[in-house]
Amino acid sequence: MPNLNQLKVGDALPERNHHPTNVSLFLYNAAIWNPHRIHYDERYTTDVENHPGIIIDGPLQGDWLTQAVINWLGDDGQLVEFEYSNRRASILGETLTSGGSVTSISGTTVALDIFIRNEAGEVVTPGNAIVRITA
Amino acid sequence: MEKLINDEIRSWIGRADKPIRILVSRRDIVKYSIATEQLNPKYLHGDEAPPMFLFGADRALTRIPDLGPDGLRQDSLLPDLPLKRVMAGGVRQRHMRPIVPGDTLLITRSITDIYEKYGSSGALIFVVYDISVTSEEGELVMQQTQNRIIR
Repeated sequence: MPNLNQLKVGDALPERNHHPTNVSLFLYNAAIWNPHRIHYDERYTTDVENHPGIIIDGPLQGDWLTQAVINWLGDDGQLVEFEYSNRRASILGETLTSGGSVTSISGTTVALDIFIRNEAGEVVTPGNAIVRITA
Repeated sequence: MEKLINDEIRSWIGRADKPIRILVSRRDIVKYSIATEQLNPKYLHGDEAPPMFLFGADRALTRIPDLGPDGLRQDSLLPDLPLKRVMAGGVRQRHMRPIVPGDTLLITRSITDIYEKYGSSGALIFVVYDISVTSEEGELVMQQTQNRIIR
């Protein structure tokens, strides 16, 4: 968890690899009640919607971004606000990496850049967040 | 370039769904937390909902015969567009307080913008939704802006 006295602009959040499977994507789409076939029907996804493979849900990547922030914060702060943009589709089989860095510190309010990056090093889902550190 | 968005489509801006009332259960939080591979015990035990827990809860549940060929339900808040393939576009979200088991929440969704863009992969239509989550007493719990991309 971050120590506000030692925190500085440019500090990196711990990175985490995400390797979704057919099973984890099934459970996620069941949990959010999403029946879109691009998340479980490979032939439909490639033949009809012209994607190269099963699509990893955009909001699932958004969730991982919130986790990058929350797991870094621990119990010593709150995620107040965040945003992200799904810029590029990611395909089942890819390993994605979540992470971020500190962009500004004002009192107990800290702004962060957050990202989901693919194996090619491209940021597929950029975002930012504002947290309040309470400790 | 031909415009994709006509006045009929534009007239959808400002429309809203009837609020959806949901009761937050510990078991649903645990399911979501497992599916998203949360690490924090408060989420895995269902004591509190992760920030993205309500994604998708803003839409009415529909019966299987009413699902389209792409699997998606007929959306009461999506105009008939000249493009058909729907993708998630992004979210901006602000929390006023944590969501916990036993919360009864009212979720209201409205369209705040519809616009088109021409990128390297061709034409895209963006539909922007405002989603507000309140308690039954009217306390604002969460505010979300959500983009859907239709290509």
